[in-house]
Order: sequence, then structure tokens, then C-alpha cells
Amino acid sequence: MTTLDSSKEIQENNSEVHETHEDFRMFGLITFLIADGMTFAGFFAAYLTYKAVNPLPDGAIYELELPIPTLNTILLLVSSATFHKAGKSLLKDKNSNSQKWLFFTAFLGILFLICQLFEYFHLPFGLTDNLFASTFYALTGFHGLHVTLGTLMILIIAWQSRINGGRLTSQNMFPLEAVELYWHFVDGIWVILFIILYLL
Amino acid sequence: MTISIDPQKTNNESIQPKGWLRYFSFSLDHKVIGIQYLVCGFLFYLIGGTLASAIRIELASPMSDFMPRDVYNQVLTLHGTIMIFLWIVPVVNGAFGNYLIPFYVGARDMAFPRLNAVAFWLIPPSGLMLVASYFVDGAAQAGWTAYPPLSITTPQSGQIIWILSVLLLGGSSIFGGINFIATIIKLRRPGLKLMQLPMYCWAMLGTSILVVLSTPVLAGTLILLSFDIIANTGFFNPVLGGNVVVYQHLFWFYSHPAVYIMVLPAFGLVSEILPVHARKPLFGYTTMVFSIMGIVVLGLVVWAHHMFTSGTPPWMRLFFTIATAFIAVPTGIKFFNWVATLWGGKISINSAMLFSCGFIINFVFGGITGVALAQVPFDIHVHDTYFVVAHFHYIVYGGTVFIIFSSIYHWFPKVTGKMLNEKLGILHFIITFIGFNLCFAPQHWLGLNGMPRRVAEYDPQFQFVNQISSLGALLMAISTIPFLINVFLSVRNGKSAGDNPWNALTPEWLTSSPPPVENWEGEAPLVEEPYSYGKEISEQK
Repeated sequence: MTTLDSSKEIQENNSEVHETHEDFRMFGLITFLIADGMTFAGFFAAYLTYKAVNPLPDGAIYELELPIPTLNTILLLVSSATFHKAGKSLLKDKNSNSQKWLFFTAFLGILFLICQLFEYFHLPFGLTDNLFASTFYALTGFHGLHVTLGTLMILIIAWQSRINGGRLTSQNMFPLEAVELYWHFVDGIWVILFIILYLL
Repeated sequence: MTISIDPQKTNNESIQPKGWLRYFSFSLDHKVIGIQYLVCGFLFYLIGGTLASAIRIELASPMSDFMPRDVYNQVLTLHGTIMIFLWIVPVVNGAFGNYLIPFYVGARDMAFPRLNAVAFWLIPPSGLMLVASYFVDGAAQAGWTAYPPLSITTPQSGQIIWILSVLLLGGSSIFGGINFIATIIKLRRPGLKLMQLPMYCWAMLGTSILVVLSTPVLAGTLILLSFDIIANTGFFNPVLGGNVVVYQHLFWFYSHPAVYIMVLPAFGLVSEILPVHARKPLFGYTTMVFSIMGIVVLGLVVWAHHMFTSGTPPWMRLFFTIATAFIAVPTGIKFFNWVATLWGGKISINSAMLFSCGFIINFVFGGITGVALAQVPFDIHVHDTYFVVAHFHYIVYGGTVFIIFSSIYHWFPKVTGKMLNEKLGILHFIITFIGFNLCFAPQHWLGLNGMPRRVAEYDPQFQFVNQISSLGALLMAISTIPFLINVFLSVRNGKSAGDNPWNALTPEWLTSSPPPVENWEGEAPLVEEPYSYGKEISEQK
């Protein structure tokens, strides 16, 4: 990251003027995730209100099959564990191990998205069929967007953790830690979504 | 891990423009960004003010004769949206926050300078897009609240552009909020305790918490609304089984805190200005801090008082009435603290002080009508009448905009190193104060007598009072002229201000005016008592 490198140089040159401070990028990310979580909270609140006060028209289908979403839940939970493994490996300077775990995590993310699309194509309702259908697609779609972005970010940091010239090292863990936190957040949202949308 | 911040150098100094050109660049300097926010916001204020004048000209006669009805709706919508999202929120948060917060916490820049610049540069394109939507296929017509089904049934393109624009502005607001929280919590100079911060820091911390918690909900809601408009879903469309009240709940979950997002920073700014010009310490620092945080917590749980006529069940009316009435307590504490700060002080009657005192008077009036509106029996009578229009203009114009002008008079010497002309400033205040009260005080009467808001035509019996109100609006429009003359003359050849013309003690005055690029030549000063004016006077004796 050029900004960091050049600022380090300047820090060495003018150490008497430019004080250092702790890294608060993680703090900023957590604040952002709280904001992002509030978007989901708004969607959940809307969904639950609809469920409570807006009866669906007669004959509307809103029964969901459980096998695919259950598989998806397992996929995401496992991917959280494999991501954690990647971080542990990087901390021990085993960069190639770390990269393998990252690619595996990204693979699980892509598998999740494929399963999600498979479910979309086999559901008996479309986006505009009824209120439940619209809310279902809005919630899972918005979450799927997060998984897509997360998967892309994992692929990027997997590329960055390559042995020669990669800038993701045990000295510079931040990209991995940030994406990991984001990924756990997306997993957590899925678990809530799974409970509210499929089980409740 | 530690990293060093040095946004100026890392941005490759050689390609950064110098002089006035830097205000048109992707500058990372918090002072440049603050001025960018202020000037950009003021330009939109002029546009929004022109639209307000058009509204008042239309309402000078009972018939819809100045412009067609649908154009009136567009003008009304653009006026509200521009004034809230492009003038008050960016200026009172972004402009003064960016300029002052790094000084107050003893830092050389904001925590995330790049994010800061991105947050600003989202504003001009979205604002221009919003204004331009009028020329495309007609702007949005559903008011700044964009209630469905109105927003679904009015022409689509204007409404969609409105949604996109508000989403971008909301994103800008969230980025700014994250930045302020990180700066205030994490970037404080070593040795500076939270309870030693100037009050504006606390106000911005509270505001930013509200921004981060509530703005994303608005974003989600508007995304659902755009699905209703484009993809024919039925989230908020009763014909397709949707529920309009859900939109109102989600919208007001943002838009009631938005009132505090607009007014809490003004509370902070007036708490900075009053002690300096009254030469007295800020009265009740600790109670001020707790009342700000009290307003933040209560502000999140009062939104449904905007919806008493939307079929809300009795328990909900009761809860939201009581919660709203409670907000009067912390607000009242702050009001008494300001009065106590002035009490027995050595008050200078200058433009900054006059606008601050005007704020206190107007705000009390707006606050009292606010408590009245929170009472269900009264609210049902005046809901959607001009009483509500008068109430919120007393809060956002009589409150916040007065403080924006007060702050401009107070910090202009800091930013430019030149003084503003006091005579023109006092003239500006007198015209604004008379014009504002002439415009909005009669609207209470109009509302109580049943004149509905948002409608271009009205019962001829209201004509005379409406004409008084329009006269006030004319005065408000005229009041901008001495202000603009003052600013242009003073920037060119104003009296030199020196570093600290007000003998203020808050940290931003303890450096040269205008400040150097990194705020301080040496180390940032440690200001443990930003309001110790009494001591200073006793030492002088």
C-alpha cells in the first residue's frame, strides 16, 4: 500500500514533527459494519411487521424448502472456520498454507452463491408474486450481494498473500483481518436471516 | 501496529494545486474540505431559497396562478430536499465538523482523510442531479418525505433520481459520521480527556452516532421504494398487498433523528460561541454532555410522533407522546445552561452574539410548539397544517440556520485572517430576524385555523396572513444581500484579524489565522480547560 510505505518514510525523515498513533482502521470498519447491520435491521423489522399485520392472499405460496438453506448455513459456518485457519497460518508465516485456506474459503462462498441461485430458480414464486416473495428476494438478494463482495475481497487478499511480492504478510495482517471481520459479519447476518426467514 | 498520518505529504504534494484552486481539488486537508462543504452548501442554500421564494409568491394569492400545480409540488419537494440534505446537514456537520474537530482533539487531520474527501465529493454530483431532474421529466413531487403511494403514483423518473440522490447523500453522511466518531474517540491528543473536549466534539459525537445508526435504515427503505417504482413489487403499495405505514415507520426512524442530526451540532456550536463573547465559562459542562447523550438515546425512540394520524394504536400513541415529552428535559437543561452562561457575563453585542441570541429565542419557540405537537389530541387537530410548517422552520431555520450564520461570523477571522464588517453583520441579523419571524410566526395561526400544508391553493380568508408571511420571506431573501456583500468585501480587503481576535481559549485559536497546513507549527497544545474565561478576567485584575 503506497500510502503506508511513503508515510513510513516520511515518519523516519520527520519523526520530530509527525507523531505516530495506533491503527484505527479496524475501529472505522466496525463502525461501518454497525451501520451496515442497521440496514439489515430495517429489512428484518419490515419483514416481521409484514408477517404480523399483512395477511397474504389466499393461495399464495410461502412455504420454503429447508435442505438448500441448511446446506448454505453449514457452508458459511465452515467458511468462517477456514478463514480463521488462514489467519492462523499467516500469523505463523506459513503463507502458502494461508493462501490455500483463503482459496478454499472463497470456493465455499462461490458454492453458497451457486446454491442460492439454484434455490432462486426452483422456487415456485417470483419477485412480484406477493409481499412475502418480494421481501424474501430483497433480503436474500441483499445478503447475497454482501457474499459476492466478500468473496471478491477474499480472492483479492488470496492474490495478495502470494509468496513473492505479496503484501499480505504476518507483519501486515490488516487486509486479512478486515475481510475476516466482514466475512464473520456476513455469516452472522445469514444465521439471523436463516432463523427469521426459514425457521420462524 | 502503528502507522503515521501525514495526508498532505502522502498525497504527492507536487500535484496538489495551490491557492484557491485547491478548493476544486480532491484535497485531503480537513480545513479545505470544511470550506468546500460550506461554500457548496451555501450555493445550494441559494437555490433552495429561490425555490422558497417561488412558494411564497405562489401563496401570496389563494389561487394557483404563479405556477401550475404539479410544478408547485416539484418546487416544494426540491426546496425541502435541498435545504435538508444539501444545506443544513452537510454544513452544520460536514463544514464546521471538518474544520473544527481536528483542532479540538489536537490532531493534524481527520482519522480517514481520503474517506473524508470522498464523502464531500459525493455531494456536488448528487445535488446537481437532483436539481437537474426538474429539467429531465419533472422533479419528484411527493415532498421530502416521499410517502407512498404518492411517490409510486407520481411520474417515475423524477422520483427515481430523487431516491438516487438521497442515497448518495446518505452515503456521504455515513462516511462523515464514521470519520467523526473515529477522530473524536481515537485521534485525541495524548493527555486530552473526553470530559475536557469542547462541547462541539460531544455534539458531533452524538450526531455521528445517530447518523451511523439511522441513515442506513433510510437507505434500505429507499431501496425498497425504488423496487416498488421500477420492478412493480408491492412493499408499500396497498393494491399489491403492501403496507404504507411500514414505510412511514422506517422513514421516520431516520428522519426524526435527522432533526437532531441538524440541530445537535448547532447546540454544540452555540456552546462554543456564547462563552467567548460573554467572557464566561460554559455553564454546566457535565449536564450539557449528559443531555446531548440523553437526546441521542431518546431521539432514536420517538419517531412515531410523526404518525399519530396514520392509524397508530393507542399504546403506541401513549409511548411516543411520553418519550417525546421527555426530550424536553435535556433540551431544557441545555437552554437554561446557555442562559446561565450569558447571565452576568461581559457580553459583546456583535453579529455572532446576536445570531446566537436570536437562535435561543427562536429555538425556545420551536421547542414549545414541539412539545405541544407531541400531545396526541393537539397533534390530530393540527397535523399536516401550517402549524407544523411553522414549528419545524422555527427549529431548522430559527435554530440551525441562525447558528450557521453566527458560526460564520465567529470563525470567519479564523479561516481567512480577516474580520467581517460588523455594521453589515448587524444589518444582516436585523433583517433576518424580523423577516424570519414575520414569515413563520403567522403560520402558527394559519395552521390552527386549518390551512393545510403542501397545497398551492387555499381558502381566501387566509390571504392577508399569507401575504404577511410572504412579506417576511421577501425580507429573508433580501437579508442574504448584506451577507454576501460583507463576505466578498471582507475577503478582498477586510480588516486584518490577527491570530485570535476574540481572545478565545479553544484550541483552534491557539494557532495562526489562517492556520498552517498541519494546523500547528509545533506540537498541538493541550487545552484542558477550553472555557476558563472567569479565571482569565480575575488574573487580568
